[in-house]
Amino acid sequence: MPKIANRTSSLAIKSYIAVFSARFRTLLQYRAAAFAGFGTQLFWGLLRVMIFEAFYRSSTAPQPMTVDEVVTYIWLGQAFLVLIPLRADPDVRDMVRSGNVVYELVRPANLYFFWYSRAIAQRTAPGVFRALPMFITASLFFNLQMPPNIPATCTWLVSMLFAVLISAAITNLLNISLLWTISGEGISYLVFGLTWIFSGIIIPLPFFPDWAQATINILPFRYIMDIPFRFYLGHIPPEQIWYHLPFQIAYLIALITTGHLILTRGIHRLVAQGG
Amino acid sequence: MPHIIVENLVKTFQIAQRQPGVWGALRGVMHRNYRQITALDGISFTIEPGELIGYIGPNGAGKSTTVKVLSGILVPDSGRCEILGRVPWKERIAHVAQIGVVFGQRTQLWWDLPVIESFDLLRDIYRVDHHQYAQTRDEMIAILNLESLLDIPVRQLSLGQRMRCDLAAALIHRPSILFLDEPTIGLDVVSKLAVRDFIKRLNQERDVTVILTTHDMDDIEALCTRVMVIGQGQILSDGPLENLRARVTTERRLIVDLEGTEDITDPDASVVLRDGHRVHLTFDPDRVATADLIARITAQHPVRDLFVENTPIEEIISRLYAENR
Repeated sequence: MPKIANRTSSLAIKSYIAVFSARFRTLLQYRAAAFAGFGTQLFWGLLRVMIFEAFYRSSTAPQPMTVDEVVTYIWLGQAFLVLIPLRADPDVRDMVRSGNVVYELVRPANLYFFWYSRAIAQRTAPGVFRALPMFITASLFFNLQMPPNIPATCTWLVSMLFAVLISAAITNLLNISLLWTISGEGISYLVFGLTWIFSGIIIPLPFFPDWAQATINILPFRYIMDIPFRFYLGHIPPEQIWYHLPFQIAYLIALITTGHLILTRGIHRLVAQGG
Repeated sequence: MPHIIVENLVKTFQIAQRQPGVWGALRGVMHRNYRQITALDGISFTIEPGELIGYIGPNGAGKSTTVKVLSGILVPDSGRCEILGRVPWKERIAHVAQIGVVFGQRTQLWWDLPVIESFDLLRDIYRVDHHQYAQTRDEMIAILNLESLLDIPVRQLSLGQRMRCDLAAALIHRPSILFLDEPTIGLDVVSKLAVRDFIKRLNQERDVTVILTTHDMDDIEALCTRVMVIGQGQILSDGPLENLRARVTTERRLIVDLEGTEDITDPDASVVLRDGHRVHLTFDPDRVATADLIARITAQHPVRDLFVENTPIEEIISRLYAENR
C-alpha cells in the first residue's frame, strides 16, 4: 500500500512533465489556427515594417536603432508572438466553469505547478507551427537578419528561455484569476494591453521617450520580447546578460510566488462556492 | 484498525447574499450580507477496511461536502478526520495518492484526448510503475469492457461510456479507498447495472473500501451492507439496511390481484392503493402472521395472484427525512 508514497518525492517532476507534454500535444492539433495565424502575422509584420521604413526615410534625427535592426526586431516579434500572454488556458476556464476543477485538487501534485506546466505548453506549442515558418520566410524574403555573432546568439537563447518561463508565469496568473472571475476576460484584456505596449511588440522599447523608460524598466514585460530580441541583434552587448539575467530570474520567482499565494487563497474560495 | 475515522466534523460556508434589482446590486458593491450555512453539523463515523457503504441524504444534506473533506479538497472548521492514519487536508498529497474519487457529474478524463491517453497521463501523474500500470489497465479494460472506447476522444463518448472510463481512471493507481459521488446519475439501466456490478466486484475481489453516495435506492439495495443517512448536516441513521428498515417501520405490503373488483376489509390490514383488480394492503407482521392474513384473504376472496413486499426503501428514507425536518 505505501509503495506509491515512497516513490513520490524523487520523481515528482514526472507528473508535471506528463501534463506539459499532454497539453503540448493537444495544442499541436490546432494546425489550421496556426496557419491562419501565420498569414495574419505576416500581414501585420509587413505593415509595420513599411511604417518604420517610411518613418526612417522622413526623419533625419538620429534614432536609437538602425532601420535593419528595427526590421529584424519586428520580424522576431511576429515569429514569437505566442510569447504574449494573450489569455488564460481555455481548458482551465472550462474546468472552473464546469466544476471539473475538483479533480485537479485530488491529484498528488502541486496545483500551481500543474497549471504552470500547462501554461508553458501553451506558450510554446503554437510556436512550433508559427515561429519556425515565420523565421524562415522573413529571413528569406523580408530582411530578417541572423545574430551578428555567437555570444549574441547564446545570450538570446538564454534570455528567450526565461522569456518563455516569465510569460508562462503571467499566463498562470490569468489562469488563477479565473477562480474569481470565472470568465477571466477583463483581466486578460488588461494584461494583454500592458504586455502589448510594454513588451515592445508594437513599438520597439528603445523608441519610447526617456520619461517612459523608467516605467518600462520596472515592469517585467520587456523581458518577454524586447531584451531577448536586443541580445539577438547585439543591440545589448552580450556581457550585459549578467545584468539582465538576475532580473529575469527575480521576476520569475516573484511571479511564481505571487501566483502560488493567490492560488492558495483562490482554492479556499472556490470550494466555499462549490459547496 | 479502521480505514476512516471521523469525529464531530463541522463545516460551515459563508454565502454572500445578493439583493434583488439594480439598487441591490449597487449596494452589494459597498456592503454584503453573508448567510452562514452549516453543511456538516458534527458528524462522526468509522469505516473498516473492505466495507461498502451507502451514504444517502436529500440534496444539500452534506453528502458531497463530506466526500470533499474526506478527499482532502475541503478543510473543515473543526473535528477530527483520519484516513489510513493521515489527516487529509494536512498531508494532502500523500493522502490523495491512496484514494480514488469519482464525481458522477464531472469527468477527470482529458476532453480532447483519446481515453487511453488519459489513462497514460494518470499513470504519470500518480507515478505508477509501468508494469503495474499495464496490469491494472488491462484488467479494467476487460472488466468494464472498454476495448472499443480506448481510441475515442472523451468528448465523443456517451455518458454511460464515459462513466465506465472514469471509474477505470480513478483506479489506475490502485487506491485502497474509493469515493463515488453519485456514479450512476443519469445512466441508462444497462450502464447502471454494469457500474454496480463493477463496484461490487471491486469491493469483493480487491477489498477496496467504497463509500458511495447516491439517490438511487436500487444502488443501495444491490450493493451496500451498511447505510449512513445524513440530513441537515447530521447522521440520522447508520447501520445495516435491515436495521434502518426496522427502525423506521416494520410494515410490510401485501399485494393482491383479485378476480373481481370488490373491496377487501380485514381488521389487521389497511388498503393503501387500489388499481383495478390489484389491491395494495399494509400490515404489521408483529400483530398478524403473514400466513394467517393470506389465509384469511384467500378464504374470503377469489385471488388470482399475491405477493408480499418490504416497504420500498424510498418510502423509508423519505419518512426518515420527514421525521428529522
